[in-house]
Amino acid sequence: MSRLSSRHLLGLEGVPKEDISRILETAVSFREVIDRTIKKVPTLRGVTVLNLFYEPSTRTRISFELAEKRLSADTVNFSASTSSVKKGESLRDTVQNIEAMKIDMVVVRHRSTGVPYFLTQCMDANIINAGDGAHEHPTQALLDMFTIWRKYGRLDKLRVVLVGDIKHSRVIRSNIWGLQTMGASVALCGPSTLLPVEVEKFGCDVYTNVDEALDGADVVNVMRVQLERQQSGLLPSQREYTNLFGITKDRLKRLNKNYTIMHPGPMNRGVEIASEVADSDHSVILDQVTNGQAVRMAVLYLLSGRQEEEGM
Amino acid sequence: MASKKYDLVIKDGQVIDPALGFGKEAHVFVKDGRIVKIQKDSAAIARDLKSLDDDQLIDAAGKIVIPGLIDIHVHLREPGGEAKETIETGCRAAAAGGFTSVCCMPNTTPRIDNQETVKFVQDRAAGADARVYVVGAITKNIEGKELSEIGDLVKIGAVAITDDGNYVQNPEIMRRSLEYASMFDIPVMQHAEDQFLCAGGVMNESFQSSRLGIKGAPAVAEEIAVARDIALCQVTGGRLHIQHVTTRGAVEAIRKAKLAGINVTAEVTPHHLVLTDEEIGKEFNTNLRVNPPLRSAADRDAVIEGLIDGTIDCIASDHAPHAEQDKDCEFDMAPPGMIGLETTVGLIKTYLIDKGYLSWADAVRKMTANPARILGLPGGSLAVDSPADITIIDPEKKWTVRADRFQSRSKNSAFIGYKLSGCVFKTIMGGRIVFG
Repeated sequence: MSRLSSRHLLGLEGVPKEDISRILETAVSFREVIDRTIKKVPTLRGVTVLNLFYEPSTRTRISFELAEKRLSADTVNFSASTSSVKKGESLRDTVQNIEAMKIDMVVVRHRSTGVPYFLTQCMDANIINAGDGAHEHPTQALLDMFTIWRKYGRLDKLRVVLVGDIKHSRVIRSNIWGLQTMGASVALCGPSTLLPVEVEKFGCDVYTNVDEALDGADVVNVMRVQLERQQSGLLPSQREYTNLFGITKDRLKRLNKNYTIMHPGPMNRGVEIASEVADSDHSVILDQVTNGQAVRMAVLYLLSGRQEEEGM
Repeated sequence: MASKKYDLVIKDGQVIDPALGFGKEAHVFVKDGRIVKIQKDSAAIARDLKSLDDDQLIDAAGKIVIPGLIDIHVHLREPGGEAKETIETGCRAAAAGGFTSVCCMPNTTPRIDNQETVKFVQDRAAGADARVYVVGAITKNIEGKELSEIGDLVKIGAVAITDDGNYVQNPEIMRRSLEYASMFDIPVMQHAEDQFLCAGGVMNESFQSSRLGIKGAPAVAEEIAVARDIALCQVTGGRLHIQHVTTRGAVEAIRKAKLAGINVTAEVTPHHLVLTDEEIGKEFNTNLRVNPPLRSAADRDAVIEGLIDGTIDCIASDHAPHAEQDKDCEFDMAPPGMIGLETTVGLIKTYLIDKGYLSWADAVRKMTANPARILGLPGGSLAVDSPADITIIDPEKKWTVRADRFQSRSKNSAFIGYKLSGCVFKTIMGGRIVFG
């Protein structure tokens, strides 16, 4: 039985505070495991985990794979480029074939919103969303929250600004829901063409002026801006984006003293974030990467329902 | 063999015919495929009825007897999409849904943009369980570039033209089509959605699409298209029919146009009257993927208001069959459309009549007299000497929509599992019982 209120992690919208707290607290022990010489525990021995990636991904896939291996799970990777997808097999057929291979847990990334939910309807495995369209990317938001929580010892009453392409970002959506549930104050900032319609209904403060957005904030989480937005008429140029929204050293003056700079990667240095900001003492960008493994270990462990006695 | 006085008598039903202003208990008499009289009960009538065989009598006590329903927007998929629907199965679905006449859209393969294809559909429809009226294409191959041979299409029986599924994006072509069609006094039916504004959109653009991270098609795409076409309709003096209206702004534009005396009519689908975009995030049911998309509750309410006040003339299902394997996929990969012929009556009864928005007479008018008037179709009334196209409804019967009960070859309904009140008891076309 899952130790969370659901047997799947499809998103953070509607996930209760107790679940998020449990994941973050559990991740603390796994973070310690990662720092050991032997970075492995037997917790998920005999559990088969499939990494089902329909979209190219390097860091999220590797992070999950490492998390699985460090929990002693058996892992299999399926990526769209090397699979039957190119032969025109339907999603259901692919998934049913995988189900027939007796997989216990599936980590899925897909370009379409709702695919993780679709999987829950056609297989018995625990489903973990590793990003569906522009919908949710819950483990990224959990690792962001874990990183903030570890630094400040709390999430509530912190001011977190998410900067970038709000409209197309699943990372931002998951961060909004998770941070709000944990009592943080969330601000969104991006060009008006990259704000989703009725953005105010997310319940965040919304800015199109980055200096105003950063005023009095504790954490700035900078999102990658996709260069192809230019072609679809959403942005005039990369240069203009950088001028208006790039996080440069100058802009950091408005932040609270003990501020934090985050980025989920991969970074476009000099575009959405200046190198000197990304590499500064306030940057936790590489901690995010390490913490990602711990958080994913926690999610896998809690959803699997395995007992702890096998030692951590 | 002695010739019978009547072939069929529907007795004791509550007869509602908005075209005749008729609404009371009466018997309907049919002979040679036509209606010969509608009469209240009397001693003489009772004697008449006694002389009839049982199989000539339909007991409609407690039922509602109305003119055969007319759906001016269905996709029968034939030719080319026979795996989804054929003219035969589509007409069977129509009969099961109480429709005796349907107008089929031309976006088949090949397109219905020439006489031969119209003829093919007409031939296939001969002997089917519903009357099929063909709507031809506005432009050749529905490409929005050159006008079809509209005169030819009308000559062989097309009742209107549309590029349904596609918006005639080029205003010059739309202008000329309205002008040209006015020679034949047929309406141009427009699928009003600006293609640039809704490019890539698979649901309504709203907080729901923002929340789900799904690309939205904004209401303004429809509103700008409707406003443009009303302006073109006014300058050309043509007849414009707006298909599946879904937004407040479109309803307001049509209301204003009608007040100004512009020759515009409009339809709405049952699914846009009942569902909103809030359904989509629940289970990502691909049957909720329709064009135009399901809108917000505020838009839905405005459309209901437009239907009540007559801004929207008729209810049409936009019956759009898709094979199961084509809909069993990612939400944004699913082809748009859902079937509707067999759920329209139950939905309208449950969600509009029972909620007090429409009376039976209003609802029936919007599915009989009004669509008949827009397209100049025979039927739509039980007037003496009309074709005996009659639908009998069991108004309070509760039923659950089930995929395995559909007559349609496709099952892509978002209403499967819905509990509805009111269903079709019998459908009679040209004096022949085609359902029930």
